[in-house]
Amino acid sequence: MIISLLIGLGVALGGFTFQTALGGVNRKIVARLQKRVGPRWYQEFIDIFKLLSKRSVSHGWIFDFGVIMALGGIIGTAMFMPVTSNILAFPSFDNFFIFVYLLAVGMLGMAMSASGSGNPLASIGVMRALTTMVAYEIPFMIVVLTIIKLAGTSSVSGIAEFQQMAGNNWFMIALPLGFVVAVLSLMGMLGKKPFETYIAPAEIASGPMVEYGGKQLGMLFIMHEITVFIEVSLFVHLFLGGAENIWMFAIKYFLVYAGLNLVSNVNGRFKIDQVVVFFYKWPLAMAVVQAIIAIYLGWVI
Amino acid sequence: MNSTRFTERNKEEIDRKWWEIGDYFRRNSLWMLMYCTGCCAIELPPAMTSVYDMERLGMGPMATPRQADVLLVTGYLSLKTLRRLIYTYEQMSEPKYVVGFGSCTINGGIYHDSHAVINRLDQYIPVDVYVAGCMPNTESVMNGFVDLMDLMKSKKADGWKRYHTNYEWYRENQIAALGEVKVHDEFHE
Repeated sequence: MIISLLIGLGVALGGFTFQTALGGVNRKIVARLQKRVGPRWYQEFIDIFKLLSKRSVSHGWIFDFGVIMALGGIIGTAMFMPVTSNILAFPSFDNFFIFVYLLAVGMLGMAMSASGSGNPLASIGVMRALTTMVAYEIPFMIVVLTIIKLAGTSSVSGIAEFQQMAGNNWFMIALPLGFVVAVLSLMGMLGKKPFETYIAPAEIASGPMVEYGGKQLGMLFIMHEITVFIEVSLFVHLFLGGAENIWMFAIKYFLVYAGLNLVSNVNGRFKIDQVVVFFYKWPLAMAVVQAIIAIYLGWVI
Repeated sequence: MNSTRFTERNKEEIDRKWWEIGDYFRRNSLWMLMYCTGCCAIELPPAMTSVYDMERLGMGPMATPRQADVLLVTGYLSLKTLRRLIYTYEQMSEPKYVVGFGSCTINGGIYHDSHAVINRLDQYIPVDVYVAGCMPNTESVMNGFVDLMDLMKSKKADGWKRYHTNYEWYRENQIAALGEVKVHDEFHE
């Protein structure tokens, strides 16, 4: 039990370190895209430790408690995440729905804390974040339920092993339409550019984060990095066949994250109603068509 | 505003151990809040984009005063904007730094005889670095940022401490210029 807990904390901490380093590398990639030199690759670490070293004001105990709840909930979620087929803290507790439920704890903590600050822009940001979530969850869930039906298990490592078995393709190839839907949903989950509506720095002053400064903002940054780690790892396990060893995992993770960043940086930003209409039009239709093709007609490559 | 009023000195004693390490992180990750009311703001886009690229120094724009470390006052300040500048400055989380752009923040510049414009910024809030010129070119703006980092390294960028120790003096000047520093609207009553 203690060893499982230690492995889980190791996954959370390792995921944070890996994602933060990768975030810095991606800032450098984006800088090269814009013909700039870009920051150092460890810039994100400097940013986070600087924020933790600053003094900050509080807006009441809900404001502080919500931040701690968000960070704790996300670390708790990351502990269940399988990294490879062997590195898995709690075997048989890596069900897909556990991640869906536990991710909500972190999000609710952040929503509570942001509302506790009393700033109207924070409330607008939280409302937009929840609306975006309603938009991308439905197409994404249809695709994931298709995968669960095909693989016969809802365990994330089980789905990854199903794809590694002889005779089965990665779901990226087996379900091409669903893969496109999942990429779009992942961009919504990570808050990448066309779906960045709830951050919108120039419009609602970075939305939920508007009143945070210093230590609270530093904790939210750590929470954000671990959230990105969870979401991209889920994607790697569900669609890219998981990973046999840790290097394959790192390579797949990097390709997914860097690719999304490149797509994100040549896009503008949708309005919130455009986000909802976008997700309910083509991705939803494609997800339903993919489910019918895969389950009822049995056309799986 | 109450929370930034400085009464206890013992916070600093706790911080001192980590101050040296924290200084490295703070000077390599300066997040700016741009108070762009004057014409010197036009020098900031080339400093941020691919020509001079301030992100390689770890600097970047931020959306709100709570998140920012350094306040850029770009140019002249009328009495109306000075009031907002003081609120903005007091909302920033410490340690905080101020960079004054152009000759308007030093001695009034070409607006020195205007009735609606303040002449010396450092009578109202403490300024760490001035970038002189009307207007300063982008090289000197970048130079000003590097100077600020050097001052932080040698512990001379202590404007936020001076604001606490000389708070009465600053407040007297603010009240003399503005008449009254409180606003009366639905958020402050």
